[in-house]
Amino acid sequence: MTARTQTNLWIAQRASAAVLALCVVVHLVVIVYAMRGGLSAAEILGRTRGNFGWLAFYGVFVLAAAVHAPIGLRAIAMEWLGWRGRSLSIALHLVALALAVLGLRAVWAVFAP
Amino acid sequence: MTTLQVDVWRGAQSGRYQRFEVPREANQTVLDVVTYIQRRLDATLAYRFACRVGMCGSCAMTVNGVARWTCRTHVSKVAHGGRVEIGPLANLPVIKDLATDMREFFDKWARAKGSLAPTATRRDDFARVPPDSPARAAATAGIECIGCGVCYASCDVVAWNPDYLGPAALNRAWTLANDVRDGARVERLRAVAGDAGCHACHTHMSCTERCPKAIAPTASIAGLKRATALAALKGEL
Repeated sequence: MTARTQTNLWIAQRASAAVLALCVVVHLVVIVYAMRGGLSAAEILGRTRGNFGWLAFYGVFVLAAAVHAPIGLRAIAMEWLGWRGRSLSIALHLVALALAVLGLRAVWAVFAP
Repeated sequence: MTTLQVDVWRGAQSGRYQRFEVPREANQTVLDVVTYIQRRLDATLAYRFACRVGMCGSCAMTVNGVARWTCRTHVSKVAHGGRVEIGPLANLPVIKDLATDMREFFDKWARAKGSLAPTATRRDDFARVPPDSPARAAATAGIECIGCGVCYASCDVVAWNPDYLGPAALNRAWTLANDVRDGARVERLRAVAGDAGCHACHTHMSCTERCPKAIAPTASIAGLKRATALAALKGEL
């Protein structure tokens, strides 16, 4: 992997971290705010179903996590396990894919009527 | 007369600590202690020093687990209960006793393109660099490095990733990246980018904490991260 690609990975991780920082704050504030008087699953679904705003918000959240986490795992794998090369790259692409698929599936589940 | 109990590393990569009793003196430095042992108690002790005044960067050792320049470290600052443990610098192969093989440390300066690539000839006039320009200020912040290896021995990332160029080499690259006379900016940014370069730094700041010259290599590495990211976005890298 070239130094340019490694630099691009670093940029992607920093950029996704900025997105995640905002998303996590909104996510937590909304949870605390919405839970004040108790909340049921049916009430949550009532607000998220068909709501394109929440679909977009959590879609972006999931994609940012799918970009951010594998790049961080890559550094841990290389420094702590000495794992490098093609097998690591394949494993991390699978992690990214799993995060994106499972996350987007969950987002779709609370959006779809 | 009070004495100091000194445990000194003997051997190479494998070895053991040997106990010596050294007379305690006023204003005694750790280097004074090592020199006393070598001259009076055991002439076979190997260690390295030159200037004794904090200029040359050759006498760094591990003192009570912390990398320090021994010529400017007073015993009173580090001896707890009249004892002190002195070992070779970490993250470098030990040649003998307190002397480490620093080739890799300096080879990495070369790998980080740590030498000036001049753009002027002898027929050109002197470069005029305003002392208060931002680039000159950034270079000045890192220029006083004496190459002692304390930062390199203190860095976790060097311990985990043997290819990592390390704080001193990257700090040197940052001073040159801010040198308006230099003509190899992009090549140097290419050399210090990526997993073996500035992007491996986790900002633990041990180098900044322990640098005897109070340089902040962490800040220099952060500067390189910004510069390489900008170069990558412009397609220069």
